[in-house]
Amino acid sequence: METIELEYDVVVVGGGTGGPMAAVKAKEKNPKLRVLLLDKANVKRSGAISMGMDGLNNAVIPGHATPEQYTKEITVANDGIVDQKGVYAYASNSFSMIEELDRWGVKFEKDETGDYAVRKVHHLGSYVLPMPEGHHMKRVLYRQLKRARVEITNRVVATRLLTGPSGEIAGVMGFDSRTADFYVIKAKAVVICTGAAGRLGLPASGYLFGTYENPTNCGEGHVMAYHAGAELTNLECFQINPLIKDYNGPACAYVTGPFGGYTSNNQGERFIECDYWSGQMMMEFFNELEGGKGPVFLKLDHLAEETISEIEHILHTNERPSRGRFHEGRGTDYRKSMIEMHISEIGFCSGHSASGIWTNEKGECSIPGLYAAGDCASIPHNYMLGAFVYGKFCGENAADYVAGIEQPRFESDKVQAERERIAAPLSRSEGLTPFQVEYKTRRLVNDYLQPPKVTRKMEIGLKRFDEVREDLASMSASDPHELMRAMEAYTIRDCAELAARASLYRTESRWGLYHLCVDHPEKDDENWFCHTNVSKAQDGRMVFRKREIEPYIVELNAEEKAAYQRLRVAGSKTAVAV
Amino acid sequence: MTIATTRTQAPVVVDQSKCIAEKGCTVCVDVCPLDVLAIDLVSNKAFMKFDECWYCMPCEQDCPTGAVHVNIPYLVR
Repeated sequence: METIELEYDVVVVGGGTGGPMAAVKAKEKNPKLRVLLLDKANVKRSGAISMGMDGLNNAVIPGHATPEQYTKEITVANDGIVDQKGVYAYASNSFSMIEELDRWGVKFEKDETGDYAVRKVHHLGSYVLPMPEGHHMKRVLYRQLKRARVEITNRVVATRLLTGPSGEIAGVMGFDSRTADFYVIKAKAVVICTGAAGRLGLPASGYLFGTYENPTNCGEGHVMAYHAGAELTNLECFQINPLIKDYNGPACAYVTGPFGGYTSNNQGERFIECDYWSGQMMMEFFNELEGGKGPVFLKLDHLAEETISEIEHILHTNERPSRGRFHEGRGTDYRKSMIEMHISEIGFCSGHSASGIWTNEKGECSIPGLYAAGDCASIPHNYMLGAFVYGKFCGENAADYVAGIEQPRFESDKVQAERERIAAPLSRSEGLTPFQVEYKTRRLVNDYLQPPKVTRKMEIGLKRFDEVREDLASMSASDPHELMRAMEAYTIRDCAELAARASLYRTESRWGLYHLCVDHPEKDDENWFCHTNVSKAQDGRMVFRKREIEPYIVELNAEEKAAYQRLRVAGSKTAVAV
Repeated sequence: MTIATTRTQAPVVVDQSKCIAEKGCTVCVDVCPLDVLAIDLVSNKAFMKFDECWYCMPCEQDCPTGAVHVNIPYLVR
């Protein structure tokens, strides 16, 4: 285990979606900067869009939608708990990003007049732009990285940030998952783009890597930011998604909805008015699933042959192309049968909910020199396009921040402690395997943290996670690859504790199923119309605080505010399970 | 010694007659997000070393000779 020391101006951690954009934009802002893009996989095929994306879910395109309208939509879809400035900043830069991606060679669907072919999926406005040829996303990004001369290091797992005398960013540490070499990388600014914490709950299939999210994304960014002293926010707003049962990928109602597909119960009846993923939509989905009218299905079998062929082309060549192979194995043909759906395991992902490393509308975190974009950062419902827009903000603002500042000093004992933590599992020939520790942690997450949330269960979960903390210290790894899984087990355990403590802190129910508390079943706007932030205290404890919601910049009327509370189709009775 | 070996069927299959790893090709190993493929040092062919698959398919898509096939893992299919 060699120690490799490097020095850059800006290090971007994570080369999936927001990361490449941040690195390119930092270089474009100041080509003289030394910019490193670090990835635990390979930038060519890493992250949530490893195989591309089938469409934009939040395109704000003039003539189809306005930034004001989009900001309203996300405000109500997220039960009012939003930094509107952050959402509005995304929305007003959404179109220029689409145009830039278009110039870079990304293919969006256009109509016969050359206008973007926007579809309606959300409850109020139209923001969905299909990308039937969206499988080439990563190649387009890679070309831009090369053009901007961004340096790339693959297969290095970042584990901890380094901070300077005033708590500012001073670098990042990690290790190579093939050689176990220890990396100490000095940097004046770090941009975290590590994606969701997607390996938190255990999928219903029991297959550890059969997660909704790319399982490479296990929450390292969240945990690194937390241990460096940065604030995380709204972690109790879990991500839970409606997916193809067992396959655990999107079904995908956003693609099929505009073609006439819809989510149905076991009688083939529509029960939700709008398939856009929100906590309230998930609540109705869960009620139907558990309430006697389940299973829930995606219904396409009423559509015409040419429509189904088009849907198949999009779904089986993009994002999760092995969907087709899965259906084939089960003998499921969209023409003849409905597709059984289920709810996903829990995770942290702002792409679809609202939790993550707290950032403002510039992508800045709560400690100087730290930036975050994409699924790991806190701007709600941001999806792929939001990761690009905030990647751009982070890259440009980090470039400005590092101009004229010196590389901060940091304490060498912090480096030594991290080196020892990483070296430990490889030095043991006996002990628990990372697989066992990860499996147990994630099984406990399902047992005790999955909504409906129960106070007593959360408390038991926390006790078990304390025990797992001790287990981590006896893990043994036989090679650098297994060492990566061992260090991920640390990350997953920390995320599990954060999820439980955040859930206990907010003593109300909000965001539909995402934070449905059996002991506090009502929404309590008087006490909880606020964000919740967590940070690490001097003594190492997790400390929570309420953070006020800044005054809205786009006002909502009463009818708009209640729009996402009326998702059940009129006349369709709820058989409530809880 | 208290560590056991548990066997599993790997979802990614490499057709040895088509794989050109012996000529220095490492495309499938390079692109896997989970880093679960490797080159067998004896046969000089790619194989799935760890059963930690997201069935995401870059290995199959990017293989220059069509040697790689991704099956849905047994627990999922």
